[in-house]
Amino acid sequence: MYSLRRWSVRHARFMEALYNTVNPAILVTLRGITKVFGTKLDKPITAAEAGLKGLLFDCQMCGSCALSKTGMSCPMNCPKTIRNGPCGGVRPNGMCEVKPDMKCVWVDAWDGASRMKNSDAIKSIEFAVDHRDKGRSTWLKLAREGETVNDKEATNA
Amino acid sequence: MPDIIDKNVVQDVERLGTNPGDPLPMLDGHVSHGRFERVLKDGHFAVTTEIAPPDSADPDEVLARASLFDGYVDAINATDGSGAHCHMSSLAVCAILTRVGYSPILQISCRDRNRIAIQGDTLGAAALGVCNALCLSGDGVGAGDHPEAKPVFDFDSISLTRTLRILRDESRFLSGRKIDLAPKLFIGSSINPFVPPVENRVNQLAKKIEAGAEYIQSQYCFDLPVLKDFMARAVDMGLTENCYILPGVGVLPSARTAKWMRDNVPGVHIPDSVIKRMKQADKPLREGRKICIELMQQIKEIPGVSGVHVMAYRQEKWVGDVVKKSGVLDGRTPWSPNSAETTIGTVN
Ligand code: SF4
Repeated sequence: MYSLRRWSVRHARFMEALYNTVNPAILVTLRGITKVFGTKLDKPITAAEAGLKGLLFDCQMCGSCALSKTGMSCPMNCPKTIRNGPCGGVRPNGMCEVKPDMKCVWVDAWDGASRMKNSDAIKSIEFAVDHRDKGRSTWLKLAREGETVNDKEATNA
Repeated sequence: MPDIIDKNVVQDVERLGTNPGDPLPMLDGHVSHGRFERVLKDGHFAVTTEIAPPDSADPDEVLARASLFDGYVDAINATDGSGAHCHMSSLAVCAILTRVGYSPILQISCRDRNRIAIQGDTLGAAALGVCNALCLSGDGVGAGDHPEAKPVFDFDSISLTRTLRILRDESRFLSGRKIDLAPKLFIGSSINPFVPPVENRVNQLAKKIEAGAEYIQSQYCFDLPVLKDFMARAVDMGLTENCYILPGVGVLPSARTAKWMRDNVPGVHIPDSVIKRMKQADKPLREGRKICIELMQQIKEIPGVSGVHVMAYRQEKWVGDVVKKSGVLDGRTPWSPNSAETTIGTVN
Protein backbone atom coordinates (compact mmCIF):
# COMPACT_ATOMS: atom_id res chain seq x y z
CA MET A 1 0.00 0.00 0.00
CA TYR A 2 1.46 3.32 -1.13
CA SER A 3 0.72 5.24 2.07
CA LEU A 4 2.06 2.48 4.30
CA ARG A 5 5.17 2.10 2.25
CA ARG A 6 5.87 5.84 2.53
CA TRP A 7 5.32 5.51 6.27
CA SER A 8 7.84 2.65 6.40
CA VAL A 9 10.46 4.85 4.75
CA ARG A 10 9.78 7.75 7.09
CA HIS A 11 10.18 5.33 9.98
CA ALA A 12 13.11 3.51 8.44
CA ARG A 13 15.04 3.64 11.72
CA PHE A 14 12.23 1.91 13.57
CA MET A 15 11.68 -0.57 10.75
CA GLU A 16 15.38 -1.33 10.73
CA ALA A 17 15.37 -2.03 14.46
CA LEU A 18 12.23 -4.13 14.09
CA TYR A 19 13.79 -6.03 11.21
CA ASN A 20 17.01 -6.61 13.13
CA THR A 21 15.14 -8.11 16.08
CA VAL A 22 12.38 -9.95 14.26
CA ASN A 23 14.35 -11.27 11.33
CA PRO A 24 16.70 -13.59 13.28
CA ALA A 25 13.68 -15.01 15.08
CA ILE A 26 11.88 -15.60 11.78
CA LEU A 27 14.96 -17.25 10.32
CA VAL A 28 15.47 -19.52 13.33
CA THR A 29 11.82 -20.56 13.20
CA LEU A 30 11.98 -21.14 9.46
CA ARG A 31 15.16 -23.15 9.81
CA GLY A 32 13.34 -25.39 12.28
CA ILE A 33 10.29 -25.64 10.04
CA THR A 34 12.25 -26.47 6.91
CA LYS A 35 14.21 -29.13 8.82
CA VAL A 36 11.01 -30.85 9.86
CA PHE A 37 8.79 -30.24 6.86
CA GLY A 38 11.30 -29.89 4.02
CA THR A 39 9.71 -27.89 1.22
CA LYS A 40 6.13 -28.82 2.13
CA LEU A 41 5.34 -25.47 3.75
CA ASP A 42 7.18 -23.30 1.21
CA LYS A 43 3.96 -22.08 -0.37
CA PRO A 44 2.24 -20.71 2.75
CA ILE A 45 5.52 -19.29 4.06
CA THR A 46 6.10 -17.50 0.75
CA ALA A 47 2.51 -16.25 0.83
CA ALA A 48 3.00 -14.95 4.39
CA GLU A 49 6.16 -13.09 3.39
CA ALA A 50 4.45 -11.65 0.32
CA GLY A 51 1.46 -10.58 2.42
CA LEU A 52 3.39 -8.91 5.19
CA LYS A 53 6.08 -7.26 3.08
CA GLY A 54 3.49 -6.41 0.45
CA LEU A 55 1.47 -4.52 2.99
CA LEU A 56 4.40 -2.65 4.54
CA PHE A 57 6.66 -2.07 1.53
CA ASP A 58 4.66 -2.92 -1.61
CA CYS A 59 7.17 -5.75 -1.87
CA GLN A 60 7.30 -7.26 -5.36
CA MET A 61 8.84 -10.57 -4.21
CA CYS A 62 11.98 -10.25 -6.34
CA GLY A 63 13.51 -12.99 -4.24
CA SER A 64 16.64 -10.94 -3.40
CA CYS A 65 15.38 -8.59 -0.73
CA ALA A 66 17.43 -5.40 -0.49
CA LEU A 67 15.22 -3.38 1.90
CA SER A 68 17.92 -3.08 4.56
CA LYS A 69 20.21 -1.52 1.96
CA THR A 70 17.63 0.73 0.34
CA GLY A 71 16.31 2.75 3.24
CA MET A 72 13.33 0.38 3.50
CA SER A 73 12.08 1.54 0.09
CA CYS A 74 11.51 -1.43 -2.22
CA PRO A 75 13.54 -0.79 -5.41
CA MET A 76 11.31 -3.09 -7.43
CA ASN A 77 8.61 -0.41 -7.29
CA CYS A 78 10.84 1.73 -9.48
CA PRO A 79 9.35 1.46 -12.98
CA LYS A 80 12.88 0.87 -14.27
CA THR A 81 13.55 -1.63 -11.45
CA ILE A 82 16.79 0.20 -10.75
CA ARG A 83 18.75 -1.45 -7.93
CA ASN A 84 21.29 1.38 -7.57
CA GLY A 85 19.31 4.52 -8.00
CA PRO A 86 17.96 6.95 -8.65
CA CYS A 87 18.04 7.52 -12.39
CA GLY A 88 18.68 10.96 -13.81
CA GLY A 89 15.05 11.64 -14.61
CA VAL A 90 13.68 12.42 -11.14
CA ARG A 91 11.30 15.39 -11.25
CA PRO A 92 12.19 18.64 -9.44
CA ASN A 93 9.60 17.83 -6.77
CA GLY A 94 11.15 14.41 -6.19
CA MET A 95 8.44 12.52 -8.05
CA CYS A 96 9.16 9.68 -10.45
CA GLU A 97 9.98 10.41 -14.08
CA VAL A 98 7.77 7.58 -15.31
CA LYS A 99 4.94 7.81 -12.77
CA PRO A 100 4.47 11.48 -11.86
CA ASP A 101 2.07 10.62 -9.04
CA MET A 102 4.58 8.43 -7.24
CA LYS A 103 7.48 9.64 -5.16
CA CYS A 104 10.70 8.34 -6.71
CA VAL A 105 11.46 5.20 -4.72
CA TRP A 106 15.14 6.11 -4.72
CA VAL A 107 14.58 9.62 -3.40
CA ASP A 108 12.73 7.83 -0.62
CA ALA A 109 15.50 5.25 -0.36
CA TRP A 110 18.26 7.82 0.29
CA ASP A 111 15.96 9.62 2.71
CA GLY A 112 15.15 6.38 4.52
CA ALA A 113 18.80 5.37 4.59
CA SER A 114 19.77 8.68 6.20
CA ARG A 115 17.42 7.84 9.08
CA MET A 116 18.85 4.37 9.59
CA LYS A 117 21.61 3.29 11.91
CA ASN A 118 23.41 1.59 9.08
CA SER A 119 22.96 4.53 6.75
CA ASP A 120 25.97 3.53 4.65
CA ALA A 121 24.53 0.22 3.48
CA ILE A 122 22.91 2.01 0.55
CA LYS A 123 26.35 3.03 -0.71
CA SER A 124 27.35 -0.50 -1.62
CA ILE A 125 26.59 -1.78 -5.10
CA GLU A 126 23.72 -4.20 -5.64
CA PHE A 127 24.23 -6.24 -8.77
CA ALA A 128 21.25 -6.90 -11.07
CA VAL A 129 18.76 -9.42 -9.71
CA ASP A 130 18.58 -13.06 -10.70
CA HIS A 131 15.23 -13.22 -12.45
CA ARG A 132 14.81 -16.89 -11.62
CA ASP A 133 14.19 -15.87 -8.00
CA LYS A 134 11.11 -13.81 -8.82
CA GLY A 135 8.18 -14.88 -6.67
CA ARG A 136 10.41 -16.86 -4.33
CA SER A 137 10.78 -16.22 -0.63
CA THR A 138 13.88 -14.37 0.53
CA TRP A 139 13.25 -15.61 4.06
CA LEU A 140 13.37 -19.23 2.97
CA LYS A 141 16.45 -18.55 0.89
CA LEU A 142 18.23 -17.03 3.88
CA ALA A 143 17.04 -19.78 6.20
CA ARG A 144 18.37 -22.43 3.84
CA GLU A 145 21.61 -20.56 3.19
CA GLY A 146 22.07 -20.31 6.93
CA GLU A 147 21.43 -24.00 7.16
CA THR A 148 24.16 -24.85 4.73
CA VAL A 149 26.54 -22.48 6.49
CA ASN A 150 25.70 -24.05 9.84
CA ASP A 151 25.99 -27.53 8.42
CA LYS A 152 29.35 -26.66 6.99
CA GLU A 153 30.47 -25.24 10.29
CA ALA A 154 29.23 -28.39 11.98
CA THR A 155 31.18 -30.63 9.64
CA ASN A 156 34.26 -28.47 10.02
CA ALA A 157 34.07 -28.64 13.79
CA MET B 1 65.62 17.72 -42.18
CA PRO B 2 64.00 15.08 -44.42
CA ASP B 3 65.11 12.56 -41.80
CA ILE B 4 63.07 14.27 -39.16
CA ILE B 5 60.01 14.46 -41.38
CA ASP B 6 60.33 10.81 -42.25
CA LYS B 7 60.64 9.96 -38.61
CA ASN B 8 57.49 11.90 -37.84
CA VAL B 9 55.62 10.19 -40.62
CA VAL B 10 56.80 6.81 -39.38
CA GLN B 11 55.77 7.76 -35.87
CA ASP B 12 52.37 8.88 -37.07
CA VAL B 13 51.85 5.71 -39.04
CA GLU B 14 52.86 3.77 -35.95
CA ARG B 15 50.46 5.73 -33.85
CA LEU B 16 47.66 5.84 -36.35
CA GLY B 17 47.98 2.95 -38.72
CA THR B 18 47.61 3.55 -42.44
CA ASN B 19 43.84 3.60 -42.49
CA PRO B 20 42.14 6.17 -40.28
CA GLY B 21 39.66 3.49 -39.27
CA ASP B 22 42.40 1.22 -37.91
CA PRO B 23 42.71 0.96 -34.16
CA LEU B 24 45.53 2.99 -32.65
CA PRO B 25 48.21 1.11 -30.76
CA MET B 26 47.36 0.95 -27.10
CA LEU B 27 49.59 3.15 -24.98
CA ASP B 28 51.01 2.12 -21.61
CA GLY B 29 48.49 2.45 -18.84
CA HIS B 30 45.63 2.83 -21.31
CA VAL B 31 42.62 0.56 -21.49
CA SER B 32 41.47 1.29 -25.05
CA HIS B 33 42.85 1.88 -28.51
CA GLY B 34 40.96 5.10 -28.70
CA ARG B 35 41.81 8.73 -29.18
CA PHE B 36 39.32 9.99 -26.61
CA GLU B 37 41.14 8.23 -23.79
CA ARG B 38 44.43 9.62 -25.11
CA VAL B 39 43.16 13.19 -25.05
CA LEU B 40 41.99 12.88 -21.45
CA LYS B 41 45.04 11.02 -20.23
CA ASP B 42 47.31 13.57 -21.88
CA GLY B 43 45.69 16.13 -19.62
CA HIS B 44 43.85 18.09 -22.30
CA PHE B 45 40.48 19.67 -21.72
CA ALA B 46 38.27 17.42 -23.82
CA VAL B 47 35.15 18.33 -25.76
CA THR B 48 32.53 15.75 -26.65
CA THR B 49 29.22 16.13 -28.37
CA GLU B 50 26.18 14.15 -29.36
CA ILE B 51 25.06 13.03 -32.80
CA ALA B 52 21.37 12.54 -33.45
CA PRO B 53 21.07 9.16 -35.23
CA PRO B 54 18.98 9.58 -38.38
CA ASP B 55 15.56 8.11 -39.05
CA SER B 56 17.07 6.52 -42.08
CA ALA B 57 19.19 3.62 -43.26
CA ASP B 58 21.54 6.01 -45.04
CA PRO B 59 25.16 5.88 -43.83
CA ASP B 60 26.02 9.11 -45.64
CA GLU B 61 23.52 10.92 -43.47
CA VAL B 62 25.47 9.78 -40.40
CA LEU B 63 28.74 10.99 -41.87
CA ALA B 64 27.18 14.29 -42.91
CA ARG B 65 25.90 14.88 -39.40
CA ALA B 66 29.26 13.99 -37.87
CA SER B 67 31.19 16.27 -40.22
CA LEU B 68 29.48 19.29 -38.65
CA PHE B 69 31.74 18.76 -35.63
CA ASP B 70 35.00 18.34 -37.55
CA GLY B 71 37.93 19.91 -35.78
CA TYR B 72 36.01 20.83 -32.64
CA VAL B 73 35.27 17.66 -30.71
CA ASP B 74 37.29 14.74 -29.40
CA ALA B 75 34.47 12.21 -29.31
CA ILE B 76 30.90 11.87 -30.51
CA ASN B 77 28.19 10.18 -28.48
CA ALA B 78 25.81 8.09 -30.54
CA THR B 79 22.56 8.08 -28.62
CA ASP B 80 20.69 4.82 -28.04
CA GLY B 81 17.01 5.43 -28.72
CA SER B 82 17.12 8.66 -26.73
CA GLY B 83 13.84 9.83 -25.30
CA ALA B 84 12.62 6.28 -26.05
CA HIS B 85 12.28 7.19 -29.71
CA CYS B 86 13.31 4.81 -32.44
CA HIS B 87 16.24 5.88 -34.65
CA MET B 88 19.23 4.20 -36.27
CA SER B 89 20.95 2.13 -33.58
CA SER B 90 23.86 3.49 -31.61
CA LEU B 91 25.99 0.51 -32.57
CA ALA B 92 25.44 1.06 -36.28
CA VAL B 93 26.13 4.80 -36.05
CA CYS B 94 29.36 4.06 -34.18
CA ALA B 95 30.43 1.46 -36.71
CA ILE B 96 29.91 3.90 -39.57
CA LEU B 97 31.87 6.57 -37.72
CA THR B 98 34.82 4.33 -36.89
CA ARG B 99 35.28 3.46 -40.57
CA VAL B 100 36.55 6.95 -41.25
CA GLY B 101 38.42 7.32 -38.00
CA TYR B 102 36.07 9.22 -35.70
CA SER B 103 36.00 8.43 -31.97
CA PRO B 104 32.41 7.54 -31.27
CA ILE B 105 31.04 6.81 -27.82
CA LEU B 106 28.60 3.91 -27.87
CA GLN B 107 25.68 4.79 -25.61
CA ILE B 108 24.15 1.68 -24.08
CA SER B 109 20.77 2.04 -22.46
CA CYS B 110 19.26 -0.68 -20.27
CA ARG B 111 15.75 -0.06 -21.53
CA ASP B 112 15.69 -2.18 -24.66
CA ARG B 113 18.12 -5.07 -24.19
CA ASN B 114 18.80 -7.70 -21.60
CA ARG B 115 22.19 -8.93 -20.41
CA ILE B 116 22.54 -11.44 -23.23
CA ALA B 117 22.00 -8.84 -25.95
CA ILE B 118 24.11 -6.18 -24.28
CA GLN B 119 27.15 -8.37 -23.78
CA GLY B 120 26.94 -9.55 -27.38
CA ASP B 121 26.63 -6.01 -28.70
CA THR B 122 29.61 -4.94 -26.61
CA LEU B 123 31.84 -7.52 -28.25
CA GLY B 124 30.45 -6.55 -31.63
CA ALA B 125 31.09 -2.87 -31.03
CA ALA B 126 34.71 -3.47 -30.06
CA ALA B 127 35.15 -5.69 -33.12
CA LEU B 128 33.89 -2.82 -35.28
CA GLY B 129 36.50 -0.46 -33.85
CA VAL B 130 34.46 1.26 -31.15
CA CYS B 131 36.70 2.26 -28.25
CA ASN B 132 34.29 4.00 -25.84
CA ALA B 133 31.06 3.03 -24.18
CA LEU B 134 28.68 5.01 -21.99
CA CYS B 135 26.40 3.14 -19.60
CA LEU B 136 22.94 4.63 -19.08
CA SER B 137 19.71 3.50 -17.48
CA GLY B 138 17.65 4.97 -20.30
CA ASP B 139 14.43 6.94 -20.43
CA GLY B 140 11.18 5.14 -19.69
CA VAL B 141 9.30 3.83 -22.74
CA GLY B 142 6.38 6.13 -21.92
CA ALA B 143 8.50 9.14 -22.92
CA GLY B 144 8.78 8.01 -26.52
CA ASP B 145 6.77 7.19 -29.60
CA HIS B 146 6.29 3.50 -28.73
CA PRO B 147 4.79 3.70 -25.24
CA GLU B 148 3.29 0.25 -25.73
CA ALA B 149 6.76 -1.35 -25.83
CA LYS B 150 8.00 -3.69 -23.12
CA PRO B 151 10.58 -1.99 -20.92
CA VAL B 152 13.48 -4.39 -20.30
CA PHE B 153 15.69 -2.88 -17.58
CA ASP B 154 17.42 -6.16 -16.84
CA PHE B 155 20.35 -4.00 -15.66
CA ASP B 156 20.69 -0.53 -14.25
CA SER B 157 23.56 1.70 -15.31
CA ILE B 158 25.71 0.54 -12.39
CA SER B 159 25.29 -3.18 -13.03
CA LEU B 160 25.90 -2.46 -16.69
CA THR B 161 29.12 -0.59 -15.93
CA ARG B 162 30.37 -3.42 -13.78
CA THR B 163 29.47 -5.92 -16.49
CA LEU B 164 31.48 -4.06 -19.12
CA ARG B 165 34.44 -4.00 -16.74
CA ILE B 166 34.13 -7.76 -16.28
CA LEU B 167 34.02 -8.32 -20.04
CA ARG B 168 37.07 -6.14 -20.54
CA ASP B 169 39.20 -6.80 -17.46
CA GLU B 170 38.39 -10.43 -16.74
CA SER B 171 37.80 -11.43 -20.35
CA ARG B 172 34.70 -13.42 -19.49
CA PHE B 173 30.95 -13.18 -19.75
CA LEU B 174 28.87 -12.79 -16.60
CA SER B 175 28.22 -16.51 -16.81
CA GLY B 176 31.94 -17.12 -16.42
CA ARG B 177 32.41 -18.32 -19.99
CA LYS B 178 35.75 -17.15 -21.36
CA ILE B 179 36.10 -14.45 -24.03
CA ASP B 180 39.04 -14.99 -26.37
CA LEU B 181 39.67 -11.33 -27.13
CA ALA B 182 38.30 -8.89 -24.57
CA PRO B 183 36.52 -5.72 -25.75
CA LYS B 184 39.00 -2.92 -25.04
CA LEU B 185 36.56 -0.16 -24.22
CA PHE B 186 37.03 3.03 -22.26
CA ILE B 187 33.99 2.84 -20.01
CA GLY B 188 31.90 5.73 -18.78
CA SER B 189 28.56 6.58 -17.30
CA SER B 190 26.38 9.62 -16.69
CA ILE B 191 25.30 11.66 -13.72
CA ASN B 192 22.63 14.27 -13.11
CA PRO B 193 23.69 16.48 -10.19
CA PHE B 194 20.76 18.86 -10.75
CA VAL B 195 17.72 16.82 -9.71
CA PRO B 196 16.67 15.29 -6.39
CA PRO B 197 18.15 13.92 -4.25
CA VAL B 198 20.74 16.64 -4.96
CA GLU B 199 22.64 16.00 -1.73
CA ASN B 200 23.08 12.31 -2.59
CA ARG B 201 24.10 12.68 -6.20
CA VAL B 202 27.75 12.67 -5.24
CA ASN B 203 27.18 9.30 -3.52
CA GLN B 204 25.67 8.07 -6.74
CA LEU B 205 28.80 9.26 -8.55
CA ALA B 206 30.93 7.35 -6.04
CA LYS B 207 28.95 4.19 -6.74
CA LYS B 208 29.36 4.61 -10.48
CA ILE B 209 33.10 5.00 -10.10
CA GLU B 210 33.27 2.02 -7.79
CA ALA B 211 31.34 0.03 -10.39
CA GLY B 212 34.06 0.91 -12.87
CA ALA B 213 33.23 4.19 -14.61
CA GLU B 214 36.39 5.81 -15.96
CA TYR B 215 34.73 8.97 -17.22
CA ILE B 216 31.41 10.65 -16.54
CA GLN B 217 29.28 12.91 -18.72
CA SER B 218 26.58 14.90 -17.00
CA GLN B 219 23.09 15.99 -17.85
CA TYR B 220 22.72 19.64 -19.00
CA CYS B 221 24.23 22.13 -16.59
CA PHE B 222 22.45 25.47 -16.52
CA ASP B 223 22.92 25.93 -12.80
CA LEU B 224 26.57 26.60 -12.06
CA PRO B 225 26.37 26.89 -8.24
CA VAL B 226 24.88 23.38 -8.03
CA LEU B 227 27.63 22.00 -10.24
CA LYS B 228 30.32 23.79 -8.25
CA ASP B 229 29.01 22.34 -5.04
CA PHE B 230 28.79 18.88 -6.54
CA MET B 231 32.32 19.05 -7.91
CA ALA B 232 33.74 20.38 -4.64
CA ARG B 233 32.30 17.39 -2.84
CA ALA B 234 33.51 15.02 -5.54
CA VAL B 235 37.04 16.43 -5.27
CA ASP B 236 36.92 16.21 -1.47
CA MET B 237 35.94 12.57 -1.69
CA GLY B 238 38.82 11.92 -4.09
CA LEU B 239 36.42 10.91 -6.83
CA THR B 240 38.14 12.94 -9.53
CA GLU B 241 41.46 11.19 -9.06
CA ASN B 242 40.52 8.14 -11.07
CA CYS B 243 37.67 9.45 -13.14
CA TYR B 244 37.33 12.21 -15.72
CA ILE B 245 34.25 14.39 -15.33
CA LEU B 246 32.72 16.16 -18.32
CA PRO B 247 29.71 18.29 -17.37
CA GLY B 248 27.06 18.70 -20.04
CA VAL B 249 26.18 22.03 -21.60
CA GLY B 250 23.41 22.89 -24.00
CA VAL B 251 22.51 25.44 -26.64
CA LEU B 252 19.03 26.82 -26.03
CA PRO B 253 17.19 28.23 -29.07
CA SER B 254 14.46 30.20 -27.30
CA ALA B 255 12.78 30.80 -23.96
CA ARG B 256 9.81 28.76 -25.14
CA THR B 257 11.90 25.72 -26.02
CA ALA B 258 13.80 26.06 -22.76
CA LYS B 259 10.54 26.00 -20.84
CA TRP B 260 9.27 23.11 -22.91
CA MET B 261 12.46 21.14 -22.26
CA ARG B 262 12.25 21.80 -18.56
CA ASP B 263 8.68 20.56 -18.42
CA ASN B 264 8.91 17.65 -20.84
CA VAL B 265 12.43 16.26 -21.08
CA PRO B 266 13.19 14.05 -18.07
CA GLY B 267 15.99 15.33 -15.86
CA VAL B 268 16.44 18.77 -17.40
CA HIS B 269 16.81 21.55 -14.85
CA ILE B 270 16.87 25.12 -16.14
CA PRO B 271 16.71 27.91 -13.55
CA ASP B 272 14.15 30.69 -14.03
CA SER B 273 16.96 33.22 -14.35
CA VAL B 274 18.21 31.50 -17.52
CA ILE B 275 14.73 31.42 -19.02
CA LYS B 276 14.27 35.07 -18.14
CA ARG B 277 17.54 35.96 -19.80
CA MET B 278 16.44 34.13 -22.96
CA LYS B 279 13.08 35.89 -22.89
CA GLN B 280 14.58 39.34 -22.56
CA ALA B 281 17.16 38.85 -25.27
CA ASP B 282 16.70 40.64 -28.61
CA LYS B 283 18.29 37.75 -30.44
CA PRO B 284 17.44 34.64 -28.43
CA LEU B 285 19.37 32.29 -30.73
CA ARG B 286 22.53 34.26 -30.19
CA GLU B 287 21.81 34.58 -26.48
CA GLY B 288 21.44 30.80 -26.20
CA ARG B 289 24.88 30.33 -27.67
CA LYS B 290 26.29 33.05 -25.45
CA ILE B 291 24.94 31.32 -22.38
CA CYS B 292 26.50 28.08 -23.53
CA ILE B 293 29.87 29.73 -24.18
CA GLU B 294 29.90 31.41 -20.77
CA LEU B 295 29.02 28.15 -19.06
CA MET B 296 31.79 26.29 -20.86
CA GLN B 297 34.33 28.89 -19.84
CA GLN B 298 33.18 28.86 -16.23
CA ILE B 299 32.98 25.08 -16.06
CA LYS B 300 36.55 24.83 -17.31
CA GLU B 301 37.70 26.72 -14.23
CA ILE B 302 36.03 24.34 -11.77
CA PRO B 303 38.55 22.06 -10.05
CA GLY B 304 38.18 18.41 -10.98
CA VAL B 305 36.56 19.01 -14.36
CA SER B 306 38.26 17.38 -17.38
CA GLY B 307 36.12 18.56 -20.26
CA VAL B 308 32.63 19.43 -21.44
CA HIS B 309 29.92 17.52 -23.24
CA VAL B 310 28.04 19.77 -25.65
CA MET B 311 24.47 18.73 -26.40
CA ALA B 312 22.86 20.77 -29.13
CA TYR B 313 19.88 18.86 -30.40
CA ARG B 314 18.71 20.42 -33.67
CA GLN B 315 21.37 23.05 -33.21
CA GLU B 316 24.29 20.84 -34.17
CA LYS B 317 25.58 23.32 -36.71
CA TRP B 318 26.43 25.66 -33.84
CA VAL B 319 28.60 23.24 -31.88
CA GLY B 320 31.79 24.25 -33.68
CA ASP B 321 30.94 27.91 -33.21
CA VAL B 322 30.41 27.73 -29.46
CA VAL B 323 33.47 25.55 -28.93
CA LYS B 324 35.61 27.95 -30.94
CA LYS B 325 34.31 31.09 -29.27
CA SER B 326 34.63 29.60 -25.80
CA GLY B 327 38.33 28.97 -26.31
CA VAL B 328 38.20 25.90 -24.11
CA LEU B 329 40.37 23.92 -26.52
CA ASP B 330 43.28 26.31 -25.90
CA GLY B 331 44.07 26.42 -29.59
CA ARG B 332 44.10 22.64 -29.93
CA THR B 333 42.43 21.15 -33.01
CA PRO B 334 40.91 17.74 -32.42
CA TRP B 335 41.39 15.10 -35.09
CA SER B 336 38.99 14.99 -37.99
CA PRO B 337 39.02 12.89 -41.18
CA ASN B 338 39.59 15.63 -43.71
CA SER B 339 41.68 18.30 -42.15
CA ALA B 340 45.40 18.13 -42.87
CA GLU B 341 46.19 20.61 -40.14
CA THR B 342 44.56 18.71 -37.36
CA THR B 343 46.83 17.63 -34.59
CA ILE B 344 46.61 13.91 -34.77
CA GLY B 345 45.26 12.12 -31.75
CA THR B 346 46.60 14.43 -29.13
CA VAL B 347 48.92 17.38 -29.20
CA ASN B 348 52.44 16.77 -28.07
S1 SF4 C 1 12.49 8.56 -11.02
FE1 SF4 C 1 13.02 7.12 -9.37
S2 SF4 C 1 11.37 5.63 -9.32
FE2 SF4 C 1 11.16 6.75 -11.24
S3 SF4 C 1 12.30 5.51 -12.73
FE3 SF4 C 1 13.78 6.99 -11.95
S4 SF4 C 1 14.75 5.95 -10.19
FE4 SF4 C 1 12.92 4.79 -10.68
